[in-house]
Amino acid sequence: MNSDIEKKTFAEKLKTSSLVQAWLVLLLAVSFGISLAGVQLALGPIIETNKINETLEKVPELVLGKDLAEKMAAQNQSLEVANHRVAVDKAGQAKTYSVYEARYAGELRGWVVKIKGQGYADAIELLVGLSPDLKSLTGLFVLDQKETPGLGNKIVTADWRGQFIGAPTSSALVVVKGGAAQPGEIDAVTGATISSNSVTAMINTAIGDLRSPLTEMKKGKDNNG
Amino acid sequence: MADQPTATERFINGILPENPVYRQLLGLCPTLAVTNGLNAAVTMAAAVGFVLLCANVITSLIRNLLKPHLRIVVFTLTIATFVTIADRLLAAYLYQMSKTLGPYIPLIIVNCIIICRCEVCASKQSPFTAAADAVGQSLGFGLALCSIAAIREILGTGALFGIRLLPAVWPDWVIMVLPPGAFLTFGLLLGLVNWLADTRKA
Repeated sequence: MNSDIEKKTFAEKLKTSSLVQAWLVLLLAVSFGISLAGVQLALGPIIETNKINETLEKVPELVLGKDLAEKMAAQNQSLEVANHRVAVDKAGQAKTYSVYEARYAGELRGWVVKIKGQGYADAIELLVGLSPDLKSLTGLFVLDQKETPGLGNKIVTADWRGQFIGAPTSSALVVVKGGAAQPGEIDAVTGATISSNSVTAMINTAIGDLRSPLTEMKKGKDNNG
Repeated sequence: MADQPTATERFINGILPENPVYRQLLGLCPTLAVTNGLNAAVTMAAAVGFVLLCANVITSLIRNLLKPHLRIVVFTLTIATFVTIADRLLAAYLYQMSKTLGPYIPLIIVNCIIICRCEVCASKQSPFTAAADAVGQSLGFGLALCSIAAIREILGTGALFGIRLLPAVWPDWVIMVLPPGAFLTFGLLLGLVNWLADTRKA
């Protein structure tokens, strides 16, 4: 009888211990984590291919502009696109950019750079078109975003992205509120200053990082050709 | 346990008598946001159905292990896992659709229909009943989404599933595919459903 009571109290103690109470949560967290890792391993490459296909589809528009790109597609002509991985050494930290080089009949027509950075809600992935001499932007496309619907997700609209077309890269782009007046100024999306700032900051950083490697690359190619 | 509805009752209740959208007014965010076309509505309903079924079955399997004060954590963990899987699956196999739906797929995590079903049914009843409940509620949710989407798409673009059905003389009511159209359609349908329910009772 006595030992029965003792057993019970021990069992009670075990039952009320917080670690034991949380065992299910811990176990589920680990097993769900493992299964998600498995899903990512299986599907990651497919999603990556989807993104690369979309990137290649967008290159002509980002480099040549919409009208010329459509004209070329109508005439069944296409750009020669080559992918480079450009490593940039930034304060001891290596950073790699995926850069697409677009040529037509051997002549360099522009660059498309893929940039990933933190937005307001989640990571934002951008494609940015640059002129061959890297002096101006030729286009912007949002490859992936999960910004707030109705506010931050307006960064995908053609209206907002259009502001970047032709923007000079000589100095950093500046986000302003209530209407951009000068070249190099970007009007923020109303109610989504953080999303607008992150996109602009990502572009500024990438241009700063890539200016010299891409100029070098162009020089090297020109000399060879 | 005797007063809990059976699997069949759960299934039937979910479709109309306890329709998550029209009768419980749950999950209205996707209901309003992704019903401007049938394609998006069907994909959304399928994604919610997948998450709801998996979450309900898992919750039901572990229902005897649940601690009352930790159950919400377990529900959220389970739901978040399956939402992530659904999101990745869409990005891999329906890439354009996943871009169209954008953040609304990750937002299924906070869709109250699912946590409500885990709480009301799955944490108290057998996996079979929980699965029947999930299928019933998903069908009810899909029915609600598709009814709103069909009206908005046909009036707004003259098409269903992107296929033009109305003659070209139909002036597409653009407002129907814009956010106001969602509120107008949902309000009118909700009124209609309530009116029908009232007349049946009387």
